[in-house]
Amino acid sequence: MDIKFDMDIRQPIPSNGGSWLAQWGEGWKSQVARLQEKFGASIEEVRMPPDYPTDVPIIYVKKEAIAQVLEFAKNEAGFEYNFLSDITATDEEMEPRFEVVYNLFSHSKFWRIRFKVRVSEGAEVPTATGVWKGANWAEREVFDMFGVKFSGHPDLRRILMDARWVGHPLRKDYPLKGYQIFPSAEPIDPSFLR
Amino acid sequence: MPNDSKREIGSLSSNIEHGVMEHDTDDLWGDSRVLMNIGPTHPSMHGALRMVAQLNGETIEKSYCEFGYTHRAKEKLGENRTYHQFVVYTDRLNYCSALINNVAYAMAVEKLMGVELPPRAIWIRMMCAEIARIMDHLVCVGINAVDLGAFSFFLYGFHQREEGYSLIEELCGARLTTSYTRIGGLMHDAPEGWEKRCKAWVVKTRKVIDEMDELLTGNKIWCQRTIGVGVFSRQQCLDYSFSGPVARAAGIDLDLRRDQPCMFYKNVEFDVPIARNGDVFDRYMVRMEEIRQSLNIVSQCADKIQPGPIWAEDKRVRIPDKDVVHNTMEGMIHHFKFFMHGFDVPEGEAYTQFEAANGELGFYIVSKGSPRAHRMRIRGPSVWHFQGLDPMVKGSKIADAVAALGSINIIAGELDR
Repeated sequence: MDIKFDMDIRQPIPSNGGSWLAQWGEGWKSQVARLQEKFGASIEEVRMPPDYPTDVPIIYVKKEAIAQVLEFAKNEAGFEYNFLSDITATDEEMEPRFEVVYNLFSHSKFWRIRFKVRVSEGAEVPTATGVWKGANWAEREVFDMFGVKFSGHPDLRRILMDARWVGHPLRKDYPLKGYQIFPSAEPIDPSFLR
Repeated sequence: MPNDSKREIGSLSSNIEHGVMEHDTDDLWGDSRVLMNIGPTHPSMHGALRMVAQLNGETIEKSYCEFGYTHRAKEKLGENRTYHQFVVYTDRLNYCSALINNVAYAMAVEKLMGVELPPRAIWIRMMCAEIARIMDHLVCVGINAVDLGAFSFFLYGFHQREEGYSLIEELCGARLTTSYTRIGGLMHDAPEGWEKRCKAWVVKTRKVIDEMDELLTGNKIWCQRTIGVGVFSRQQCLDYSFSGPVARAAGIDLDLRRDQPCMFYKNVEFDVPIARNGDVFDRYMVRMEEIRQSLNIVSQCADKIQPGPIWAEDKRVRIPDKDVVHNTMEGMIHHFKFFMHGFDVPEGEAYTQFEAANGELGFYIVSKGSPRAHRMRIRGPSVWHFQGLDPMVKGSKIADAVAALGSINIIAGELDR
């Protein structure tokens, strides 16, 4: 039997936006330029494909300005990111510890972009619920899983975990089997209806 | 724990007595407001969900929803399992259309690695996704009708769904939890004549859909129970990030299969049904039409599919062939390295979206170059839809809330992750 076997199975191939980059690369560049012009020093860093292995540009925004930047990206002509795909976070295990990630999508132009906010432990990020009402639960989930707090949020409490839970499960220092068992169900709190 | 439950019931009623539900002097019903708890385990709640509503008579004045009762820490597991091991966990997201989750997850990792699939694998994946979409929609409209008292409609759809599961069983041996895709390929090739059987199933299902349509669409009770119920406007859909059939029922002309095409969706013809009113009836109509369009897609794929390889020509992700594993030392080592260590995904991050049966299913994966993801975020459409339930049912009757809940098709597995 003729067997060809290559041990080098780890050759790195950078991911890229593929057709997206060809389609929207110029548009992204002009958007980034406009954002930098409008918000100046609030735009900390820009990571563009294909220089950085990402599918869409990542724009790091200072946390004080994130609500204004999202509002601008939502309504401004030439951006029109009117659909909030997702809000999540990552634990980077260095200072500043967390990155809150906003994935946006445009219903009219079909392009996507990603905003990120670096936030250290204990600091607060302004809420995006003023821009999209639907950001409410996504931010609650980020708070539940990572302990990142959102200032101005109408109802910031745990969402997936029990109210009595200790710790934030998606932090890297939380153990995989960090079970916590409660003998009874979470009682109804009628004050949420107010 | 009988003592515990007694204490909780006691404390709840004492809360109400102590004026949490304050008395409204303009209120005709006076003190008749009740706090009503539906779920977490209730037949009309699709999965373990809980809705607590403040009722005035039968009208919902305020409500809040809770979930998380079937939270299985999938995102945490995604960070602690290799990319290959995580395929089985994706089945348990939206278990009504497990194949769509498999396909979307495999696409996400392939995008991150830059793996190109051979055409046959893509055609099979497309057929899988569309068959799963049809079955998901059949369940959704069927269960919605059962909630409103139309039981036989559900059985028509369910029979066809079982037939569809038999097709999937031919592919991978499992009916519900399929785990059919692999990163860079498929578990098995489709058996001989599978496409023909799919086409036969399409012909039968078309007839059944027409029958179901005749049975329910013009039905007076059905119309009265659904038209104008659970209305969610276009603007509200945008505010709450609704996607999929629910958004299309409110007039949002967006289908990711058409507008951000992946796989071979450019090469097949299909229409995207849109409705205007955004009520339960429109969602039902959109789903029924989408079933027909998906049937068209399955039949077109079955015509275009050609014999060929089902694995990408990429040594990083390809599972070694069994004859090599069993007959050579190097193959055996490769096999063990592949399954014990996993394959390294190059550093980078990507958000991959796919038009799942309920809406935009997204996988946001951050890799730091190791065989395990640094962050595995799953964006399930049900979370965003469930969030809109409170404003949707405010001011409506409690029975209409059940209709609205059924029409947005909340799947607890995807909701809780």
